[in-house]
Amino acid sequence: MAYTEEELKKELETKEYEYGFYTDIESDTFPIGLSEEIVIAISKKKNEPQWMTDWRIEAYRVWEKMEEPDWANVHYEKPDFQAISYYSAPKKADPNKKLEDVDPELLEMYKKLGISVDEQKKLQNVAVDIVVDSVSVATTFKKTLAEKGIIFMPISEAIQEHPELVRKYMGSIVPTTDNFYAALNSAVFTDGSFCYIPKGVRCPMELSTYFRINQAGTGQFERTLLVADEGSYVSYLEGCTAPSRDENQLHAAVVELIAMDDAEIKYSTVQNWFPGNKEGKGGVYNFVTKRALCEKNAKVSWTQVETGSAVTWKYPSCILKGDNSIGEFYSIAVTNNYQQADTGTKMIHLGKNTRSTIISKGISAGKSQNSYRGLVQVSSRADNARNFSQCDSLLMGNECGAHTFPYIEVKNKSAMVEHEATTSKIGEEQIFYCNQRGIDTEKAIALIVNGFSKEVLNKLPMEFAVEAQKLLEISLEGSVG
Amino acid sequence: MLKIKDLHANVEGKEILRGINLEVNAGEVHAIMGPNGSGKSTLASVIAGNETYEVTAGDIFLNGENIEDLSPEERAHNGVFLSFQYPVEIPGVSVTNFMKTAINESRKAKGLEDMPAKDMLKLIRDKSELLEIDRKFLSRSLNEGFSGGEKKRNEIFQMAMLEPKLAILDETDSGLDIDALRIVANGVNKLKSKDNAVVVITHYQRLLEYIVPDFVHVLYNGKIVKSGTKELAMELEEKGYDWIKQEAAV
Repeated sequence: MAYTEEELKKELETKEYEYGFYTDIESDTFPIGLSEEIVIAISKKKNEPQWMTDWRIEAYRVWEKMEEPDWANVHYEKPDFQAISYYSAPKKADPNKKLEDVDPELLEMYKKLGISVDEQKKLQNVAVDIVVDSVSVATTFKKTLAEKGIIFMPISEAIQEHPELVRKYMGSIVPTTDNFYAALNSAVFTDGSFCYIPKGVRCPMELSTYFRINQAGTGQFERTLLVADEGSYVSYLEGCTAPSRDENQLHAAVVELIAMDDAEIKYSTVQNWFPGNKEGKGGVYNFVTKRALCEKNAKVSWTQVETGSAVTWKYPSCILKGDNSIGEFYSIAVTNNYQQADTGTKMIHLGKNTRSTIISKGISAGKSQNSYRGLVQVSSRADNARNFSQCDSLLMGNECGAHTFPYIEVKNKSAMVEHEATTSKIGEEQIFYCNQRGIDTEKAIALIVNGFSKEVLNKLPMEFAVEAQKLLEISLEGSVG
Repeated sequence: MLKIKDLHANVEGKEILRGINLEVNAGEVHAIMGPNGSGKSTLASVIAGNETYEVTAGDIFLNGENIEDLSPEERAHNGVFLSFQYPVEIPGVSVTNFMKTAINESRKAKGLEDMPAKDMLKLIRDKSELLEIDRKFLSRSLNEGFSGGEKKRNEIFQMAMLEPKLAILDETDSGLDIDALRIVANGVNKLKSKDNAVVVITHYQRLLEYIVPDFVHVLYNGKIVKSGTKELAMELEEKGYDWIKQEAAV
């Protein structure tokens, strides 16, 4: 691994959010506010077919009648949805342009993030579809993927090029009526990724998307749709960074995964949106709906490392519809300072012999609140369903909180559902033990936290695991005095 | 090597050490004995720099340097090692990873590069053989689910890996059966040299049959009330601590 301790040290010295810069790009930004006209304007701007426009309008009308949910264990000032601009595109970007034609300021921004397209291109086995302010500006490796019949492109392009696929699957897992944020996303989403893996194809590389919020006051509403046809396999990486801002930014994404018979999808996320400053000011509101459908013998694994956002509301779920299908959820959620996270999963067992595993690791520091919320549901026809859940919480200091809300609903007697939970605290004794062996306190905490999170970190693809490990350490810097 | 002068220390306002004087030279083995609550473990913790204890008076010198202002990790970098009476568990961190981190942190403090992986592996192999440790054991999480004997053996393994100048063994014999005791003691004996020193804190004379001390000190009520050679340990075994308490009371 190229990452050295020296680099780590440098990063630990930087207490401020390291990606907190702002790139000045001329933007084509809509006036603030949301109405049916705005929804239509977004659709028009993107040259969408009528069915897409109608779909958005329907979603908007549903959303208008909905209430923002307040059952999660998070407290924040509700965003003013009329104070947000719903469309912003980097002006000079054009999906048809070559990389060389891309706005040099954008390229510079990628470099700052360590994800320059130039570098990414050289990286083997990683295809990158980068979303900056709602419009994709660069897609790489498209050709290699095309040879296998794999479609991996911005969803706005997919709407133009593969309307039959998008129309068939979009909203089939997360309907427009699903919840407040999903309805909002359906009405105003500007871009995101679309991925289709044909029958029997094993995607030869990790597919990766970097999201980024840039324009001040611009909410970002990505839409991801991933379809793995029968017997196919894909591993998808999603990583996020956002520039630091004083005002709250809203992020409400929808991710839909469809794993057909015998297909397997691994979906990994490292989320590092701006968490707000030490006083709890600013930060991203992250209200995400992620759901997967598993057909017969299919398998979906969600792995997430959540270190950012002021408020997180996120429950990547699996509907285990097909017999023998498998759902997995591996999560590390770190909260520090005034961050609040309410995250977990839903495993809905519908088919026979369905299995699910939930491993959740919550790390709370500062004055933060970290909640696990999970539902394991076994329907009456799901014979021999199995679930194992493990929720571990690690507390640092005396002012943070860890909460666990496990819901279990079983309607079939043959089901076997196990739930284990632990709460521990990084003790002075552990720190002293490490100190005595010559390991300073900062390094000791990193060691203990990495040990605590290991079961989940091990589930991430190698390059992501390294990044995640770094993030954990940066996020908890200075949290034990 | 180690020189302690009139050391006083408190924990939560209560005075535990009340004027300790001790001098340990390179190549020597010292045993510190005494009844429960006499301050033996406190002394070990204070030497190692545990901030739970407040040093109210006196000085500790290591190789002539006053270590008062040194953090626990700096003391470790200077060659102080404490074998804990109750080693803590660190879930998910393997013994190997922990040792690798400890060794490289000490090297970093000395301005050295990380130990090459090849050398690290060889060191691990050599030291685990020395202590008759199954290498599978080294990939287990540190102290998690270890038996009492395994924990203590692991402490001595770490000592072997870190090669300290001054090793303090705090009740390393407690919780050990006779076979484990023999292995641990053999390990310590093999690590002993003219350049390092060992301070053995123990309740019983049993361990001292295997690790033979040059000097024996009796700690009672926060003070060293009697010092002698290994015969003193035998006398204590025979007569108990009551006569020491009486002598001290006079």
